Amino acid sequence: MNITATLIGQVIVFAILVWFIKGVLWEPMMKVLDDRKARIASGLAAAEKGKQEEEVARQKAADELKKAKQESADIIAQAQRRATEIVEEAKNTALEEANRVKSAATAELDQEVSRAREGLRSQVAALAVDGAQKILGKEIDAKVHAKVLDELAAQI
Amino acid sequence: MSSVEPAISKPVEYIQHHLNNWSLGVEPGQQVNIVDFGVFHLDVFLFSAALAGIFAYVAWKIGSNLSADKPSGAQNAVEAVVEFVNQQVQDIFPGADRNVGPIAITIFIWVILMNSMDLLPVDLLPGLKAGIYAWFVGDPHHSYLKVVPTTNLDGTFGLAICVFFLIIYYNIKSKGVVGYLKSFLYHPFGKYAMPFNIIMTVIEEIAKPVSLGLRLFGNMFAGELLFLLIALLAFSVWAMPAQIALGTLWAIFHILVVNLQAFIFMLLTIVYLSLASQGGHDEHH
Repeated sequence: MNITATLIGQVIVFAILVWFIKGVLWEPMMKVLDDRKARIASGLAAAEKGKQEEEVARQKAADELKKAKQESADIIAQAQRRATEIVEEAKNTALEEANRVKSAATAELDQEVSRAREGLRSQVAALAVDGAQKILGKEIDAKVHAKVLDELAAQI
Repeated sequence: MSSVEPAISKPVEYIQHHLNNWSLGVEPGQQVNIVDFGVFHLDVFLFSAALAGIFAYVAWKIGSNLSADKPSGAQNAVEAVVEFVNQQVQDIFPGADRNVGPIAITIFIWVILMNSMDLLPVDLLPGLKAGIYAWFVGDPHHSYLKVVPTTNLDGTFGLAICVFFLIIYYNIKSKGVVGYLKSFLYHPFGKYAMPFNIIMTVIEEIAKPVSLGLRLFGNMFAGELLFLLIALLAFSVWAMPAQIALGTLWAIFHILVVNLQAFIFMLLTIVYLSLASQGGHDEHH
């Protein structure tokens, strides 16, 4: 129970120990704790931000989906309209074509008929003369009866 | 263990033997003056320095391996202590500079370590040393060893004096030399009681380290003494159960004292440094 030179030793040990602990343990640990605090804070902020961003993205996705649905419905309606138009058009074209073919065929037919009639006409005179010769038994001059023969041919 | 024999026959001698230091500059067992700087208590210095070394080694080991993301188990434990001490510093001394924390944790842990030597059986290390002494030197009755540094005034006042000078340092840092001297003149009773103020403030300032040192010393010394008295129960086999029961009880209670005294020492240090740093002319009463 006394104060001795040991006191000085204690003071020196304490001073060295404080200096050592400060450099080796306290300062690094404070840094680590601050780092961790900052990291946790930024992590929480990031999480909050992520949540908000997710909400925005979800909203955006819903909007996009709605828009896409609307667009697809529009496209389908348009396509149906277009299909109807095309069918209508095709029908019209087909009808026109049919009419055209029909009228061409009719014209050709008329032409054939008149050509046949023409052919018949050219032969009918000779046929009539030939027939009359056989009936009358004498030669008939076709030039003399040309008028009669033309009338006959015109009757065809 | 030769020291068990005198415990049975000569209780006073047994206790006195245990209260003597292993010292340089004085004959073994000789009485030392209350203040004698010619004497050096080897045991106090060796044990406190060894404990400081262990503390420093553990601190270095953990401090060099810190990880913010994956703290090891040891780091977690040390972090808890550091955060606890830091919390105390922040609460009591809001504007503390970067030295208060290290000072506080060093006091806290070092005092706990020194106090904890009290929990070793009272005859373990002294008996060991007496055995070695008998082997190499001679009569083991001349071998002295006090294991608990804080049961010596040197051990506790070494810290208290450091705190005393830190108080002066923080006073001068916050008020300047003139401001600090002025606080002796005008405190606590205003400028009309100047001489009285000087005496009062000097007493107040001296009382801080003295109370710190004596409180720790008194508690640890009393605890050690009680352990010695309990050890005296080894006089008979029939008293052994009582000795074991009392020793266990006191040791368990002493764990509280060991930590509490270290905590009080640290807390008061922070409080004193905080008071010392409070602004210039403000009276803090």
